[in-house]
Amino acid sequence: MGRVSAFADKIRWYVGSLMGDSHYRRYVEYQNRAHPGEPLLSESGYWRMRHDMTDRSPTPRCC
Amino acid sequence: MGSPTTAPPEPIEEIRGDVTYIRTDKNLPPVAIVDRSPITTRHKLVFGSIAVLGSLAWAVIAFMRGETVNAVWFVIAAICTYVLGFRFYGRLIEMKIVRPRDDYATPAEIYENGTDYMPTDRRVLYGHHFAAIAGAGPLVGPVLATQMGYLPSAIWIIIGAVFAGCVQDYLVLAISTRRRGRSLGQMARDELGPIGGTAAIIGVLVIMVILLAVLGLVVVNALAESPWGVFSIAMTIPIAIFMGLYLRYLRPGRVTEVTLLGIVLLLIAVVAGGWVAQTTWGTEWFTLSKSTLSWCIIIYGFAASVMPVWLLLAPRDYLSTFMKVGTIALLALGIVIARPVMQAPAISQFAKSGAGPVFAGSLFPFLFITIACGALSGFHSLIASGTTPKLLEKEGQMRLIGYGGMATESFVAVMALITASILNQHLYFAINAPGAQTGRAAQSAAEYVNGLGLSGRAITAAEITDAANSVGEKSIVSRTGGAPTLAFGMAEVLSKAFGGSGLKAFWYHFAIMFEALFILTTVDAGTRVARFMLSDGLSNLGGPLRRLHDPSWKVGAWTCSLIVVGAWGSILLMGVSDPLGGINTLFPLFGIANQLLAAIALTVVTVVVIKMGLLKWAWIPGVPLLWDLAVTLTASWQKIFSGDPKLGYWTQHFQYRGAQESGKTSFGSAKDADQLSDVVRNTFIQGTLSIVFAVVVIIVVITAVITALRSIRGSGRPLAAENPVPSRIFGPARLVATPLEREVQKQWDALAPSPTKSVGTSGH
Repeated sequence: MGRVSAFADKIRWYVGSLMGDSHYRRYVEYQNRAHPGEPLLSESGYWRMRHDMTDRSPTPRCC
Repeated sequence: MGSPTTAPPEPIEEIRGDVTYIRTDKNLPPVAIVDRSPITTRHKLVFGSIAVLGSLAWAVIAFMRGETVNAVWFVIAAICTYVLGFRFYGRLIEMKIVRPRDDYATPAEIYENGTDYMPTDRRVLYGHHFAAIAGAGPLVGPVLATQMGYLPSAIWIIIGAVFAGCVQDYLVLAISTRRRGRSLGQMARDELGPIGGTAAIIGVLVIMVILLAVLGLVVVNALAESPWGVFSIAMTIPIAIFMGLYLRYLRPGRVTEVTLLGIVLLLIAVVAGGWVAQTTWGTEWFTLSKSTLSWCIIIYGFAASVMPVWLLLAPRDYLSTFMKVGTIALLALGIVIARPVMQAPAISQFAKSGAGPVFAGSLFPFLFITIACGALSGFHSLIASGTTPKLLEKEGQMRLIGYGGMATESFVAVMALITASILNQHLYFAINAPGAQTGRAAQSAAEYVNGLGLSGRAITAAEITDAANSVGEKSIVSRTGGAPTLAFGMAEVLSKAFGGSGLKAFWYHFAIMFEALFILTTVDAGTRVARFMLSDGLSNLGGPLRRLHDPSWKVGAWTCSLIVVGAWGSILLMGVSDPLGGINTLFPLFGIANQLLAAIALTVVTVVVIKMGLLKWAWIPGVPLLWDLAVTLTASWQKIFSGDPKLGYWTQHFQYRGAQESGKTSFGSAKDADQLSDVVRNTFIQGTLSIVFAVVVIIVVITAVITALRSIRGSGRPLAAENPVPSRIFGPARLVATPLEREVQKQWDALAPSPTKSVGTSGH
C-alpha cells in the first residue's frame, strides 16, 4: 500500500507542478526567501498578476 | 540576485576519483558534478541490445515485402533510435559544442521572480516544453505524406529528428540560455547585425501568419458539414470561459481541479454532439459551410487576442496541455494493444511519379516540406529561445529538454504516420484527394480511387458511405487537411484497443475535438504573439508609432490585432474559396515557411558555433542547415519557376490569367468567372509569398556567411554571450537521478531553511 500511495503522490505532484497548482506556493517560498518582510499577494491576487503578465508578453504555442 | 557585469569568482573544485564536485560557495553543497567514470559493462550491454533490437526493427520495416508489417515494429525502431541518438549523438553535441556548466546560473536562477522566471524541476519543464512545441503539425504532416508510402516518411521523421530537429531545438535552447533567454529574433540581430536581424524578424512574422492560416484551414476542413464536430468544438468556448471564471473568482490556483472538470465537460460535449447532430435543429444550426466556419474562426481569433487571457486563453491552454499529454499516451498504448498492420505500401507509385492527389511534387523536396513538425520544425526555435530558458534549472538539463523534447514530438509524428498507414488505401485517397478529383460523392469518389491503380481490392461506393456512417458522419469524401484521416485512424486503433466498434464514432469526434483544440490554442496564442511582434517592430520605426510600445494602449493593440487577423484570415478565406483545393496548394507553403524558419534558426546557431571557435564542429548544425536549405530553396524554386501548372504558382497564375483575358468563363478547375478570378488572385498571393520567404532567408544566410567568414579571419562582431553568474542551486541532469546526484541532492535538502530550492524538487 505504501508504494501505491507514494506513486500516487508522485503523480499528483507532477500534474500539480505541470498545470500550475504549486505556483502560488512556489511564489510564497520565493518571497519569503528573497524578500522577507515584504507584503505577499493573496492567491487570487497572485494569479491576477500572472495573467496580466501573460497579457503583456504571451508565450507562443507551436503548431 | 547576481549582477550580470561582475566577473565570476573561481569555483571551488573537489576531485574524488573520477568525479569532480564543484562549489561556488564554500558554505554550500556542490552545485555541479562532473562525472568522468568509464562506461560500465552493464551500460555497454544495455545499449548494445537496444542497438540490436533497433536494427532488427528497421530491417523488418525496410525489407519486409509481400507481407504486412505490424505497426509495433515502427514503435520499436523509433524508440531505439531516439534512445541511441539521445545517448550518443546528443552527448557528442553536449561535450563538443554546448559544454554545459552547472556552476553557471541559468536565466531562471539569475532573474528568479517567483512568477515567470523560476528554476523548475527538469521533469516538469520537459512536460511544459513538450506541451509548448507539440501541436497539430506533427499529427497532420505525416498523414498527408502517407501518399508516398510509409517508408520514406518513417525514415525522415526518425532520422531527421535525430540529426536535424533535436539538434536545432537543443542548440537554440543552449545559445539562448547563455544569452539570458533572448529570443531568436534578438539573437539574430546580435549575432548577424541589423540587416540579417531585421530580415529574420520580418521572416518570423510572415511565417507565423501563414502557419496560422493553414492551421485554420485544417480545422475548417475537419468541421465543415459536420454538425457533431462543430457542436463539440463550439462547446469548448463556454467550457473554457467557465473554467476561467472558476479560477478567477471561485477557487484561484486550483488548476488541476478545474482542468479535470473541464475535461469531463468536454467529454460530455463530445457525446452530446452525437445526439445534437441527430436532431433537426442541431443539423440546421451546426451544419456550417467552409466559408462560414472560416469567418467564425477569424472572429474568434480576433476576440481571443484582445480578450483578457484569464477568461479564454489560459483555461484553453490548460485543457490543451492536459489533452495533449493524455491523448498521445492513450494513442501509444492503443497502438501497442491493438497492434494494427500497415495497409499502405512501403513506397507508393506517387513517390516516384510526383503526381499524387494529396499534394503535388516529387519526393524530393516535397516529402521533407510536408513533414515539417515531427522531423525539423522551425517554430520550436521560438519556444526554445525565450520561453524555456526562463524555467531552466541547470545547463546540464538542456539535453533532456531540448533534444529529448523534440524526440518525443517526433514519436508523436510516428504515431500519426501509423494511424494513416493502417487505413484501407482506397479509403485514404477518398478522404484526402481534393473535391475537384473525387466529385465529392461516394460513387464518383469510388470510381476515382479505383482508377488510381492502388494495390488491394477495389472499393465500392457503399463501403465509403459505411465508413462515414461508422464514425457518425454523412460523408468522408474529400475531407482533406489530415485531421479527419488521423481521427479515422485513431478511431480504428482506439476502438480496437478499448471499447469495441460501438465507440468508433465517439473516438472519431474525440480525436477531431482534440486536434481542433490544439489548433485553436495555437491560433489564440499565435495571433497574440504576432500582434506583439508587429507592434514591437512598428514602434521601432519611431514617430507617433512609438506609442505602440505601451501595451495598455487599447487602440494600438486592437489595430495590430486586426492587421494580424486580417493577414491570416484573408489567406484562410483564400484557401477555402480556392477551386484548386486549399490544402493541396497551401500546405506546401506552410511546410516551406516552417522549414525556412528552421533555416534561420540553424543559421544563427551555426554562426554562433563558428564564432565560439568551434569550426571543427560546425558541421553538427551545418549539415542539417545545408540539407534544409537545399530542400526549401528547391521547393521555393519549383513553386516559383516550375512550368508544371500543378506545381508552379506563377505558371498557374499566367495560364488562368490568359484564360481570363481571352474572355473565357471557365478554365481548368475554375467553373465560372468568379472562380477564375479567385485562382488568378490566389496564385498571385501564393507566388508572392513564396518569393518573400525565399528572399528573406537568402538575406539571412548571406549575412551569416559574411559574419562567419569575418569571424574565421579573426575580425568582425564579437560573440554576444553574457558573462556567467555563479549558480547557487543544484539539480540532477538525468531524467532519473544518478546515485551521485541523489547524494548531493540530499545534502541540499538537508540545509534548513533551504536557501534556494527549485520548484517541485520539494515535492518528495
